[in-house]
Amino acid sequence: MSTPSSHPAPEPGDATWTGAARRLLERRLPLTHLLPSRQPFFVGSWVYVFGVVAITALIWVIGSGIVLAFFGPGWFHVSGVGRFVNSIHFWSVQLFFFFVVLHLWGQYFMASWRDGRATTWLVGVVIFVVGLVTGFTGYVSQQNLDAQWIAINAKDGINATGAGSFFNVLDFGQMYGIHVMLLPITVTMLVVLHVVQVRMRGVVKPIEPQAPGGRRNAPTDVA
Amino acid sequence: MRKPQADQETYYRGIPTVPYDLLKELALAFVASGIVIFVLALVMSSPEVPPLTIQTWAQQDPVDFVTTATSELAGTSFSAAYGPPYTDGSDSVQVLGPFAPQQWAGNAVHLDTAQDFVLGPLGTAAVGNPDLTSALSTYGAADDATKQSWLAAYTSALGTATTQSGEVVVPAGSYGPVPVLMANLIAVAHSGGLDELLLAGGHFFQTNYTKPLLFMGDGGYLAGLAADQHLLGSQWGMMNETGSYPGQAWLWLYSMWYQLPPYNTAPNADLLVVLTMLALTLVLAFVPHIPVLRDIPRWIPIHRLVWRDYYRWRRTRPSSETA
Repeated sequence: MSTPSSHPAPEPGDATWTGAARRLLERRLPLTHLLPSRQPFFVGSWVYVFGVVAITALIWVIGSGIVLAFFGPGWFHVSGVGRFVNSIHFWSVQLFFFFVVLHLWGQYFMASWRDGRATTWLVGVVIFVVGLVTGFTGYVSQQNLDAQWIAINAKDGINATGAGSFFNVLDFGQMYGIHVMLLPITVTMLVVLHVVQVRMRGVVKPIEPQAPGGRRNAPTDVA
Repeated sequence: MRKPQADQETYYRGIPTVPYDLLKELALAFVASGIVIFVLALVMSSPEVPPLTIQTWAQQDPVDFVTTATSELAGTSFSAAYGPPYTDGSDSVQVLGPFAPQQWAGNAVHLDTAQDFVLGPLGTAAVGNPDLTSALSTYGAADDATKQSWLAAYTSALGTATTQSGEVVVPAGSYGPVPVLMANLIAVAHSGGLDELLLAGGHFFQTNYTKPLLFMGDGGYLAGLAADQHLLGSQWGMMNETGSYPGQAWLWLYSMWYQLPPYNTAPNADLLVVLTMLALTLVLAFVPHIPVLRDIPRWIPIHRLVWRDYYRWRRTRPSSETA
């Protein structure tokens, strides 16, 4: 009979899926990488703050969005408090996109896809695109003149792709449901994945000005 | 692709590290961004121009309302001839050579503008209204050629229509029952009933505004309001909001194509713009693998500014010590 332990050592013969998943996580994402208390000194640049602020703006977007969703789509049209919460939602979205774009350009000019980080870049681009769709569905869910006009105009672009037959921007119920449920969950999961990718590999090293042969640690080193 | 750099100690070997509190940075950024957002929300509030109702449209611009309703009845409106996903028409179907996704997707809404926007609501409103009942009966019994004759004459007369006490007045002519139908339709609209009738569709709970929005979009009044708020496509409206608020400024590139040839004159401009943006998005996603684009960061030395401390440190360090 084995002796119970609060921290059992990995069993060499453990062939369970759970054990394999635990070992994979421990190897690919140790807690010291997920929550580091030391970093290379070059992360002191303000460029590294852009992504962090984008995440905090997203937290404000989701927080205010939860309140708006709880009280319903008509609430902020008839309540002063609701209007204020909607204003927080509106400006946090503006802040989110502002810093996402700064983050994107910053990472581009740092060639942050180097040394095995191309998928991190790819997920970042997907976050941006899904964020655009999330913002769009929010704009057509406002239940005001802007929402009416955006829906009427945007339908032509969406219909031209054939997507209008199942993604009807004139159907408030469909747009609202997608906006408050499907897309926020998607964006949040992608952001979590993006952060995990960054923490797994760490931030990329600076571009070496005198890289041997002009290749090592160059922007072309994506693999 | 290379395996993940789990061993970051190896990756950063030779580079000094400094204390770094990730959660503290996140917390401070959360508070700082929250302060900015709260101040903006308090000082600037948020856009809120009330939506247009069919009632307001009929009251404010009755001639435009009746002209639009007549075109819906005649099947000549923008929506009536649109094509998929609303009707079986083809006027707004966009193709690129053999690539016709809009046509392939088919008609999902099955909109009948005459029935859905005019005759159906009037049929509901005709209860207890013998004049309207008679006019509907006369119209229904007429053959298509006669109906089109009435509608063409009435549409022409609307060009010189005037309004008296909210009602549209046209010169005498051979319009059959059309003036009675339109007088009753605008009366229903004035009362707010048409907003409800277009939305109801036989169901109690409603969230689908396809029909009233298409109807309003076919008229000119809503477009006039949008122009006043700088929301038209020619005004880069995709990026704007009502009032002086920022809109979806991040759609600037999408909006830009509509201002430039050949997009701004192409009959399939929407499809061309969407495909262009799709291609550019794929380029952005795969920049790490595209020569020239992935080399630009080396050529434009913004990274020297970002990592200036690193390069300064590197210059003062013997080359044998660098990783």
